[in-house]
Amino acid sequence: MHIPDGFIDLQTSAIFAGAAAICVGVSLKGARKELDDKSAPLAGLTAVFIFAVQMLNFPVGAGTSGHLLGGALAAVLVGPWAATLALTVVLLMQGFLFADGGLSAIGLNIFNIAVIGVWVGYGTYLIVKRLLPKRKSSVALAGAIGGLISVPAAAFGFVVQYALGGNATFSLTSVFTAMIGTHIVIGIGEALITGLTISAIMASRSDLVHGWKSNETKLVIKGI
Amino acid sequence: MSTKKDFKFYLIFLAAALVLAAVFSFYASSSPDGLEKVAGEIGFLDSAKDHANSDSALADYGVAGIENERFSVGLAGTIGVVTTGVVAVVLFMALGRKKQK
Repeated sequence: MHIPDGFIDLQTSAIFAGAAAICVGVSLKGARKELDDKSAPLAGLTAVFIFAVQMLNFPVGAGTSGHLLGGALAAVLVGPWAATLALTVVLLMQGFLFADGGLSAIGLNIFNIAVIGVWVGYGTYLIVKRLLPKRKSSVALAGAIGGLISVPAAAFGFVVQYALGGNATFSLTSVFTAMIGTHIVIGIGEALITGLTISAIMASRSDLVHGWKSNETKLVIKGI
Repeated sequence: MSTKKDFKFYLIFLAAALVLAAVFSFYASSSPDGLEKVAGEIGFLDSAKDHANSDSALADYGVAGIENERFSVGLAGTIGVVTTGVVAVVLFMALGRKKQK
């Protein structure tokens, strides 16, 4: 999922770098409001955990692999603003230290994974959670479905970037079909990892989980 | 304030990440990922350029000069966990501090 240098022309890459920078700036503001001295360390550790799990490529069908993106997972654990920042830190470390994801493509990758992945994952999570009973297990299930949808959504971001500035001219329909098809399958892995991780944390420290805390806060306000 | 119980949880979370990056990473699939696979099938994989840092000491999650692959990827993962941790924890602690009004 990490775009290397050369797939997308420099002009389009620069536009998305600008867009990504704006989103990160807004997220810095949002996270400042959202974070407190309990959720701040959790947000840092969430970035670490996602870095680690992104190393674990799992096989999806013959000769292809996928790995966690982590947008929905991070958003459920620490809220969407901090999630965008956590994923951005991960992508910067990967690009600069590990030569994973092109340096000219860093804005493209931040936009797809840290912005689209996080917000589509979180939006889906919120919708699904509303439809489910207010139980702890619903947080993990809604988060898993958010994860499932977030992966093809991030892949769609690449298709748009390819349409705008692909350095090769292959039919957009075939790029679209192949990208979305492959990434729906990878999304199943994303859903499993996201669901299991949220379940494990909900079982031990649900009080730290953003997606569950915000639920309780609402109940308290209604209770008054 | 973070309590003792919080610190215990943070430590377990960190340890889990460390074990995954240092030990389990060796067993990760080395097949091309979704994007690479699609690029190869459709034909635009050739447009990829070498990474500017492709010769760097940690390129592709291995430590340059370490022959043993298990140790090389494990050490790279450990370095990644530590560096990501330092950057992210400093950033978020700075953002989370304030509100002393």
